[in-house]
Amino acid sequence: MAQENDIELLDFWVSPFGQRVRIALAEKGVDYEYKEQDLMNKSEFLLKSNPVYKQIPVLLHGGKPICQSLIIVEYIDEVWSDKPPLLPAEPYARANARFWADFTDKKVYECGTKLWKLKGEEQAAAKKEFIEIFKFLEGELGDKTFFGGETFGFIDVALVPFVAWFYAYETCAKFSIEEVCPKIVAWGKRCMERESVSKTLSDPDKVYEFVLFLKKRFGVE
Amino acid sequence: MAEEVKLIGLSMSMFVIRVKIALNLKGVKYENLEETFGSKSEVLLKSNPIYKKIPVLIHNGKTICESMIIVQYVDDVWSGAGPSIVPSDPFDAAMARFWSYYIDDKWFPAYGEVMKGQTREAKIEAAKEAIAKLQPLEEVFQKQSKGKDFFGGDTIGYLDIALGCYLGWIKAAEKLTGLEFFDKSETPLLAAWAECFYSNDAVKCIMPDVDEFVEFAIKIQAKLNA
Repeated sequence: MAQENDIELLDFWVSPFGQRVRIALAEKGVDYEYKEQDLMNKSEFLLKSNPVYKQIPVLLHGGKPICQSLIIVEYIDEVWSDKPPLLPAEPYARANARFWADFTDKKVYECGTKLWKLKGEEQAAAKKEFIEIFKFLEGELGDKTFFGGETFGFIDVALVPFVAWFYAYETCAKFSIEEVCPKIVAWGKRCMERESVSKTLSDPDKVYEFVLFLKKRFGVE
Repeated sequence: MAEEVKLIGLSMSMFVIRVKIALNLKGVKYENLEETFGSKSEVLLKSNPIYKKIPVLIHNGKTICESMIIVQYVDDVWSGAGPSIVPSDPFDAAMARFWSYYIDDKWFPAYGEVMKGQTREAKIEAAKEAIAKLQPLEEVFQKQSKGKDFFGGDTIGYLDIALGCYLGWIKAAEKLTGLEFFDKSETPLLAAWAECFYSNDAVKCIMPDVDEFVEFAIKIQAKLNA
C-alpha cells in the first residue's frame, strides 16, 4: 500500500499520452495509484503539479512531479533499470529511438485531430499528410516485429496508443489505414498481444464516441 | 579507426551551436559543413529527408538529427571524455529535459516575436513577454545548480546548452530593444550564469559576435517583409 502511494499518475482515460506512461509502468511491473482527472474542471493538485502546461499526464514519484509523456517514459526506464529497457543501450539506436518517438509527438496527434476537426478540402489535405506521416513510420518499421527489432521498446510505446484512434480517424476521414499502411496495422495487432498494451489502450468504439463528443463540443458537423 | 565526424549547419543557428558546444565539451574534432542561408544542399536533403533541417551530425556515415537528440548522442558516444552532459540522477535528467522542452516550445516562439516585430515598439513589447517567460528558470537554476556556476553544476550540462545556445541571439535582441533579458535584480542567478556560459571555452570559440547576430536578424526581417 505504501509503495503504491509513492507513485501517482494524474491522467485522463482516453489520452494516448497518458497511455504511454501506463504502458511503460506496466512493462516495468510498477504499482501506482491512478488518479483520473476532470480536464474541463482541473483540480488544484493537477494545476500545482504541472503549473507550466496544466496538462496530463503527470507522474508523481515520492511527491515529485514529472511532466511530458516521453520525458516520463525515459524517467521510468532510468529508475527501473533492473527491468528490461525500453531505450536501447547502443548510442545510435538510442538516438534513433528518440528521433522517431519525437516524430510521433510532433506529427501524429495534431494531424489526427485535423482529420475529425476539418471538412472538405482541408480534411483531404490532412488525410494526405496523415498517410505521409504513417508511410514514414512504416518505412522505419520495415519488416521488423517492433520498431526496436525483436523487443518492444521506446518507439512502440510512443506510437501504439494511437492505434486505438485509427477507427475514429478512418470513420471521420473515410479511408482505410490498413489499405495504405498494412505493416503498421499488423504491428498494432502484434503490440495488442502484450498485456501492457491490451489492458491500457481504449476500446476503439469508445475512442470514436469520445471524438463524436469532441466534435459536438467544437461545433464540427 | 579514425572517427569521421561532420556537422551540417549554419554558424548563426542556435540549434547548431548546441551541437558544437557538446562536441567541444567532449574534445571531438569535426568537419563543419556550412550551409548557405536560404538554400538547402543535396547533402542536407539526403541526410535529413524527414525535416530537411540543420543541424545534422554525420558520425562514421550515420546521420543523427534534432539538436538535443544529437547532444545526447554525443554525450553517449563520448561518455568517457569530458564532463557528463545529461544529469546522472533520473529526476534531474527529467527536469533538464522538461525545461529544455519548455524553452523550445514556449520561450523560443515568444523570442521569435521580437525578431518579427516591425517597429522598435513592437520589438520591445515582444521582448517583455520573452523576458517574462525566462522568469521560471531562475528558480530552476537555484534548484539544479546546487550553488555552482551552471544548471549542470560545476560543468555545462544539458539545460545550460538548451538555453545558452540562444545567448548570442538574446544579446542581439537586447541591442535592438535596449532591454536586458537577464536583469541583475530580477534574475540575478541567470544573469551570472549567462556571463559564465558566454565566456566558457567550449562556447566562445564558436559563438559569433553579437553584431553578426544583429546583422543576420535584419537580413531575416527583410526576407520576412519581402
